[in-house]
This record gives sequence, structure tokens and C-alpha cells, in this order.
Amino acid sequence: MLQIKNLTANVGEKQILKGVDLTVNAGEVHAVMGPNGSGKSTLAQVIAGHPAYTVTGGQVLFEGRDLLAMEPELRAQAGVFLAFQYPVEIPGVTNAYFLRAAFNEIRKAHGEEEMDPIDFLDLLEEKLKLVEWGPEIMQRAVNFGFSGGEKKRNEILQMAVLAPKLAILDETDSGLDIDALRIVANGVNKLKRPDSATIVVTHYQRLLDHIIPDFVHVLAGGRIVKSGGKELALELEAKGYEWLESGAEALA
Amino acid sequence: MTQAFAEQFARTRVGGSPPWLTALREQGMARFGEVGFPTLRDEDWRFTDIGPVTKASFATPPAGTAVSAGAIAPFAFGAHEGVRLAFVDGRYDPALSVRPALPAGVTAAPLSEILGTPAAASLLEPRLGTLARAEMTPFVALNTALFSDGAVVHIPAGAAVAPVIHLLFVSSGEAAGTMAHLRNLFVLGRGASANVVEHYVSLSDAEYLVNAATEVDLGDNAELTHYQVQRQGPRAFHLAAINARQGRDSRYHGFSAAIGGRIGRNDTRTVFAGPGGECTLNGLYLGRADQLVDNHTAIEHREPNCGSRELYKGILTGRSHAVFNGKVLVTPEAQKTDGKQTNRNLVLSDGARVDTKPQLEIFADDVKCTHGATVGRLEQIPLFYLESRGIGPALGQKILTYAFAAEMLTGLSIDPVRAQLEALVAAWLE
Repeated sequence: MLQIKNLTANVGEKQILKGVDLTVNAGEVHAVMGPNGSGKSTLAQVIAGHPAYTVTGGQVLFEGRDLLAMEPELRAQAGVFLAFQYPVEIPGVTNAYFLRAAFNEIRKAHGEEEMDPIDFLDLLEEKLKLVEWGPEIMQRAVNFGFSGGEKKRNEILQMAVLAPKLAILDETDSGLDIDALRIVANGVNKLKRPDSATIVVTHYQRLLDHIIPDFVHVLAGGRIVKSGGKELALELEAKGYEWLESGAEALA
Repeated sequence: MTQAFAEQFARTRVGGSPPWLTALREQGMARFGEVGFPTLRDEDWRFTDIGPVTKASFATPPAGTAVSAGAIAPFAFGAHEGVRLAFVDGRYDPALSVRPALPAGVTAAPLSEILGTPAAASLLEPRLGTLARAEMTPFVALNTALFSDGAVVHIPAGAAVAPVIHLLFVSSGEAAGTMAHLRNLFVLGRGASANVVEHYVSLSDAEYLVNAATEVDLGDNAELTHYQVQRQGPRAFHLAAINARQGRDSRYHGFSAAIGGRIGRNDTRTVFAGPGGECTLNGLYLGRADQLVDNHTAIEHREPNCGSRELYKGILTGRSHAVFNGKVLVTPEAQKTDGKQTNRNLVLSDGARVDTKPQLEIFADDVKCTHGATVGRLEQIPLFYLESRGIGPALGQKILTYAFAAEMLTGLSIDPVRAQLEALVAAWLE
């Protein structure tokens, strides 16, 4: 589904990604872990097309298409979803309007008709249950005045409605209390499909107690320095990142 | 053009005006004759070139322009409308008005009607021209000399009138180059409350002039929600002055929407004449093509413990030009004043221009006064957030621009105005 080959990227003059290789197949859950400043969030945002980053080399293929040549909205329409580490507040736009606009833009991109507003409400009602929310949240402005936990839940709600093929969760666990963490993880697990894949970007192992990864990768110094199964996350929890970071420097 | 106004004035004088009104009109004409039209050399007009107004020629249209009820149906407020006073090209139109019986003592009537009643001496004579004074702007002077009609609203002490008093000023465009000078007076007694909407609409793309002056007298503890909605035609010239006086503990909730007009200028002033009053002056303005939209506001804190909140937001595209000047005066007596002024402008094109200026004049020491002004483009990160959900930049820009305006609309307490403006803003963005 996703092939990242020797990806390098800058923010301004500073190189953050120094040659990332990663392959994700349908049905898989990958965790990308690493210390602060290692480039994990950069990787997530570069895949989504964040304008703050400049790709300087390498390739990202999504279902065989050159993702880096596509505008961010085309990536989303193709099925890539980024759950933001810092979801953006949009005062003046209700959650209901925003979700329906996004949903219909994606449908239109696939040559489908806009969904009837009543049918959309039915769909929404079902997806709201997944994040244990009532309908009142839909009349609030997008993320505006939301608590940290509410913002992350709202990202998962969007993911549920838009049903992406590839979901990238960027530090979705940061700032969550244990209940919110359970709701978010539960939502992600229920949304897994055989034809979809998930990349969980996280600093800590605790989210991975709830979302069990098939593969764990350690990003340090702008490269993936180690890959393994879910037991690698536990090892990182016990030993920290230092032993790998020294390895990263040796590689650099 | 000034000559034409003098001739118009000579005609206006014919008829049975009471002597006090004749004197008032003469003062207005004398003042206008003295100062003439403002130019860019006048401090209050230095960004506002009204050359196109002074070069055009305008005349009061002949009476008898017939506008159908169907033509104004889109502007009606439905079930929310308590009273509708309709004026066509500056003249009261009884056929388009809706006037159910009002509670005892409440008046909502055309000025022309009041002039023939005893209320002219008790209600109009002591007030007309005292709040919107001829020396304030040349257009108020001209209005004082030439006003043809307008609305008089009087809510006696203790009365609360919740249904909306809708003042609908229609420019028919039937004749070219018409002018309408409208004079409104709202008087609320002690503890009275009301909701009044001045609604300026056009049925054509003709060039015409509307020059309105509104005087608002709020008694102690009175509360007025007062919207002024300007949706003139694209070649219209619209000048409007609001002058309010607020008694002790009174509350004035003002909102201005300026959408149409080739040139639109609002001069809005409120004066705290007693302690403990509060005012909100909010505004939304939209500019496109070569529109000029100018809001000059003044809040005069002349008594202690008053609060003022002012937020004006504008969206500019094309080669439009917005002017905002927000004066806040705090006299030495006005201790414990709490004032906040904000002006935010969203610029969508390279050709649009904004001149924004706060003008704080504070002579008391124990006060809290803040101001802020911004002029900027849409932010990139919210646009990216929408893109990341599949919403492309063209639609994303519309959504975020609408959202910028929506902040001014969601809080409007008069539902039909909010609904009409939401639709207008959405249509404007298309």
C-alpha cells in the first residue's frame, strides 16, 4: 500500500528526514517510535503534504501512485488520513458542516453524488457511538474550545466518517487521560479493515497496549534505525532510546 | 451639485412645517452651505474620496413610485416582524407597511405622520437635531435641511416591545439619480426595551444617493438592540449617521452590516450620559470590485463605570477599499471605564486596501482600555487542515472566509436578520 524509499525532507534549511525507508501493507499496523526531535512527526506530516516541509529527495508511493506529486487534498481523497498531533481550531465552522463537506468532497472525487443530508446524519449517528459522543458535539465549531482529549476524539471521529485506507496517528496519545486513551484506541481498533493500514506515531509505549502493532520501527536522527515486532516497543519502554540513538550517530 | 441642493431646499420649505422645524432645516442648510462637501484634506475623510458623489447629480423623485409587495417579500422578517414601516425612495409607503395595534403609549410611525400630531411638540421638537447635529458631518447637515421622512419609535418608560420593529428603506431605481434623506428618531423611556432594524435595500443597479441620520435617546436602564443592515445596489452611495445618548445603566447593542453600495460611509457615535451604561458596537463589512466601505465610530465615555465592546470585521477583495476609524474618548470623570476595541480585516486580493486607525483619547487614570487591529490573509495551517480532509483550497478558502464572517453573525439575537445575512454572505462568496 505504502512504500517510502530514501525519503529526505527539510524544514527551512534544516534537514529532518535523512533517508527513511518504510513499507506498509494492507491489513497491517505499524508503530513508529522514537525520541523527541527524531523526525517522527515530520514523517507523518510529509506524507499528508504539510506545507511547512520541503521534500528534498526520495519517493513515497501510495497504491503505486506518486504521493509526493499530489496536492494534500488529492492525497486525502485517495485515502490518506492524518490524525493531527495538534488539531486545528476553526471557529465559525460547525463540526457537522465540516465533516459533511469533507465527506462529500471525497465522494465527488470518486465520481459519486453528494450524500443526502438525512442519510449523512444517520451515518454520523453511527460513527459518533464509536467515540462515545452524543450529537451535540456536531453543532460546536471544529475543535474550538475543545479540551486536548476532545480534539483527539474529534480526529478519530473524522477518521471514522472519512474511512481512509491509510490512517496515520501523529502522537494521538499525547495529552490524553486514561479514559480518552481507551476511547481513541477502541475507535482505531474498530475501524481496522483488511484493506486498510494504520501507522501509529508515538513516543510512549502505552498506546500500544491498546492498539497492538504488527511492526515497530524506531526513528532516530532522521532514519529508521531498528525494526521489529511488538516486543520491540516493550524493550524501548524498559531501556529508553539512548542505546539506539548512539547507533544512529554511528550510522550518520 | 451644492446649488441643486439649495434649490431642493427652497422647494422643501414650501408647506406647513412648524416654525421650530423650519429653523432647524435652515440651520442645516446654512451649515452645509458653509462647509460644503468634505474633501481628502478633511481629517475625518482623508481616506474616503467622495468625489463620485459630488460629481453626480441627484434629485428627489416624483411621488407615486409603485413597488409591489412581491418585490420586497425577500426582505421581510416573517413571524418575527412586529411592525414594518416601509419607505420607498424616501417616502413612507403605507401599502408596504404592516402596522398592527401597539401596546398603549408605544409609537412606531413615520415622521411625516407624527408631525401632524401633538407628539411633534412633545417628542420631536425637544430632540430632533440635538443628537445628530448639523455640525457633525456635512451629510448630517444636508440631511437636517432636506430630510423627507423617516421613522419615529417611542417606547415609554417600563414598556418592553420584543417583536422586531422593522424599518425598511427601499430604493426603487425607477428614476435615475434619485436621492433620499431619511431621519429617524428612537426614544426609549426609563427601563424600556426594544429591537429595531434599519434595513436599506435596493431593487436595481441604478446610481442613487441615500443619506440617513438616526438619533437614539436611551433613558436610564433602557435597552435597545439596533441593527443597521445596508444592502444597497452596486452603484449606490450610502451615507448613514447614528448618534446615541445613553442614560444611566442603559444598554445599547448596535450591529452594522455594510454589504452594498459603491461608496458606503457610516458615522456611528454613542455617548454615555450617565454612569453604569454598556454598549456593544459590532460590524461586518464586505468589499468587492471598486467598493469603498468606511466605518467611523466614536464611543464617548463621559461618566464613570461604563463598558464598551467594539468588534468590526471586514472581508475585502477585488480593488475594494475599507476604512475603519475607531475613536474612544474617556473624559476625566469617566473613571472605571472598561473599553475594548478590535478591528480585523481579511484581505483576499492583492488590489484590496485597508486603512484602519484606533483613536484613543483617555483623560482618566483608573481605566481599562484596549484596542487591536489586524489586516491579513487567510492562514495557511487551517487551510492545510481542510485540505488534509479532502477539501481543496478553493472550497477551503470559502469555508474559512465564511467562518471569519460567521463570528459576527452567530451572536445576532434577531433571528431573521441573522438568517438573511448568513445567506447574503454565502452568496457573496460564490
